[in-house]
Amino acid sequence: MLRQIEGSRAVAETVALCRPEVVCAYPISPQTHIIEAVGAMVKAGDLTPCEFINVESEFAAMSVAIGASATGARAYTATASQGLLFMMEAVYNAAGLGLPIVMTLANRAIGAPINIWNDHSDAMAVRDSGWIQLFAETNQEAADLHVQAFRLAEELSVPVMVCMDGFILTHAVEGVDILDQSFVDSFLPPYEPRQVLDTSDPVSIGAMVGPEAFEEVRYLAHLRQLDALERIPLIAKEFAEATGRESGGLVRSYRTDDADIIIVALGSVLGTIKDAVDIRREAGERVGVVGITSFRPFPGRAVHEALSHARQVVIVEKAFSLGSGGVLSTDVAMAMQGTPLTLRTVIAGLGGRSITRRSLEKLIEAAGRDELEGLTFLDLDNGAVERERARMSATRRSGPSAENLLRDRGTVSSVKAKEEV
Amino acid sequence: MVTAAEILSVAAFGEGRHAQAFPSFGSERTGAPVVSFCRIDDFEIRTREPVMEPDAVIVQDVTLIHQVDLFSGLSKDGYVLVNTSRDFDELGFGDFFSEFRPERLVTCPATELALELLGRPLPNAALLGGFAALTGQITMTAIDKAVRDRFAGPVGERNAAAAAAAFSFVTSKEEELARASSD
Repeated sequence: MLRQIEGSRAVAETVALCRPEVVCAYPISPQTHIIEAVGAMVKAGDLTPCEFINVESEFAAMSVAIGASATGARAYTATASQGLLFMMEAVYNAAGLGLPIVMTLANRAIGAPINIWNDHSDAMAVRDSGWIQLFAETNQEAADLHVQAFRLAEELSVPVMVCMDGFILTHAVEGVDILDQSFVDSFLPPYEPRQVLDTSDPVSIGAMVGPEAFEEVRYLAHLRQLDALERIPLIAKEFAEATGRESGGLVRSYRTDDADIIIVALGSVLGTIKDAVDIRREAGERVGVVGITSFRPFPGRAVHEALSHARQVVIVEKAFSLGSGGVLSTDVAMAMQGTPLTLRTVIAGLGGRSITRRSLEKLIEAAGRDELEGLTFLDLDNGAVERERARMSATRRSGPSAENLLRDRGTVSSVKAKEEV
Repeated sequence: MVTAAEILSVAAFGEGRHAQAFPSFGSERTGAPVVSFCRIDDFEIRTREPVMEPDAVIVQDVTLIHQVDLFSGLSKDGYVLVNTSRDFDELGFGDFFSEFRPERLVTCPATELALELLGRPLPNAALLGGFAALTGQITMTAIDKAVRDRFAGPVGERNAAAAAAAFSFVTSKEEELARASSD
C-alpha cells in the first residue's frame, strides 16, 4: 500500500516482511530509526518468530549475525560509519564464510573530524570485503532492495549490504508502496542454508586454510560475485514483472541515448542529477545519467555498454581515496579500458555538504566546455583552504585544522545577513 | 519542527499530491536549532537538495531570528509565518520585509494557542493550521486529518483544535488586512 512514511520506517517494515529470525544491532545515527522500528515490531509480537538482540557493540552485532546465520537463521542487522568500521573484522568474516546476512548501511561519513552526515566513505571502506553492495536511489528502492537482497544473499550464500543515504533517505518522509506479505513470501522462499551448524550432522565452519587452498577459496568467492552479476538483473526483472517497479538491477540509464556527456553516480543524488540534466537538456546540451545500483559486484560490462557511445563521462562520487582520487572512477576506468572516452571525477557531498541542482548544472556546463579537470571537488571553499594553509606555514603551532576551519566560518543572523546585502 | 514538516507532507499526500519532508540532516535533537523542509508538487519529487529558495518559511522559535539567517533564499513573493504573540515591528523587523507582500506575512501565537488547547507548548499543529490559512496551499480538512492520523485519541482532538484555532486566527487577520487595504 502506498503510504507517506519515513524511509527508515519503510525499510523496517519491509525487513519485517522478509521474516528475519534474528535481528541484532547497535544503534548509531542515521541507522537508529530502522532498528528502533524493527525492535518495536518484535516486541509487539508483529514480527514472529524473531529474536531481537540488543548487543553491546557493532562488533557483537555482526558476530551474532554470523552465529545466527551459521545455525540456519535468517539474520539481519544495520549500521553506519564508525559502526561499520568497528565491525570490520566480522564484516570480512561474514563474507569469507559465505553467510547470507543482509545489512542496511545508512551511509554516513567517517571521522575524524566527527561527522554524522551523509557520504559514501563507509561503504567504500568495505568494498573489497566480499559483500554485495546495492545502492538505493529512493526510499521506494531502498525498501524493495531488501527483499531482493535476502533472495540474492540466500541463493548465492553471499552477504548483501543495502546502502541508503543517511538522513537524505533514512529521515526523508515520502510516498513508499510497502509490499504485501503474500508477495514477499512468494518472492522469498524460506532460507535453505548451504552450510549449517547442526549437532546431528556436525561440520566445521571457519577452520584455518593455508596456502594450499586459500587462493582457491577466494577465487570461488569471486566467482559467486560474478554469478551475482547474472542473478541481480534476473531478480530485478522478476520483481518488476510482479510489482511494476524498476527497483534494483545493475545499472540504470536516463536520457543517455544521444548523450555526449554522461554523469555516473551512486544513490540518492541521482534524483538531483536527473533534475539538473533535464534543465541542461532544455538548454540544448546532450547529457544523460547512469546510476549504478550494484557497486559490488561491479557490473563492468553493463557500465561499458551504458557509457561507450558518450564522449565524456563525469563520475560524481561521495567519497574518495585520499592521495589518489575517485573510487568509483577507478572501477569505471577499468570498465572503459581501450575506449577514447574522457573520464572526469567530481568529489561532492562529503560529510553532508548539500549537492545542489545549481552546482550540478554548472558542472554540466563546464563539462560541455571541456573545462573539467581530472579531479574536481564540487563547491570547495578554496579561500578557507588557502587561509588554513597560510596559518600552517606562518606558524608551527597552528593548531587543529578542523577547528580552525570552523572558526573561519562563523555564524550568520537574519538581520546581519540583510545588513550585509 | 520535524514533526510539522512530516504532518504537512502527509496532509499533501492525502490530497493526492507528491510530497517530501526531511529534517536538516542530523541536527534533529532537542534544544538545537532545527530546520525541516517540505516540498509539495503535482509531479514526482526527485531532488534531494535542501530547500534553497523556499516559497514559505515557518518560524517556530522566534529567538532564532537573531542567530540564524532564517529568510535566506526567500523571494519577495514568499510567505512568512512566525510563531509569536508580537508583530513584525516589535520583533525588530521594522523594514526587513518592506518589499514583501503584507498579506503574505503573518505572526501567530501558536505556542499560546497550544498551551491553551493542548496544555503543552507544542505549536506544530497550530502552525500548520496557520500555514493553511496564510497560503491556501493545503486545505484545513487535509491538515485536520493528518494531525489526527499522527496523534491518536484526545491528543489528536486537542492538536486538531489548536490547528483550527490558528486557522481562524490567521484567516481573521488576513480579512482584517484586506479590509484595511481596501479602505
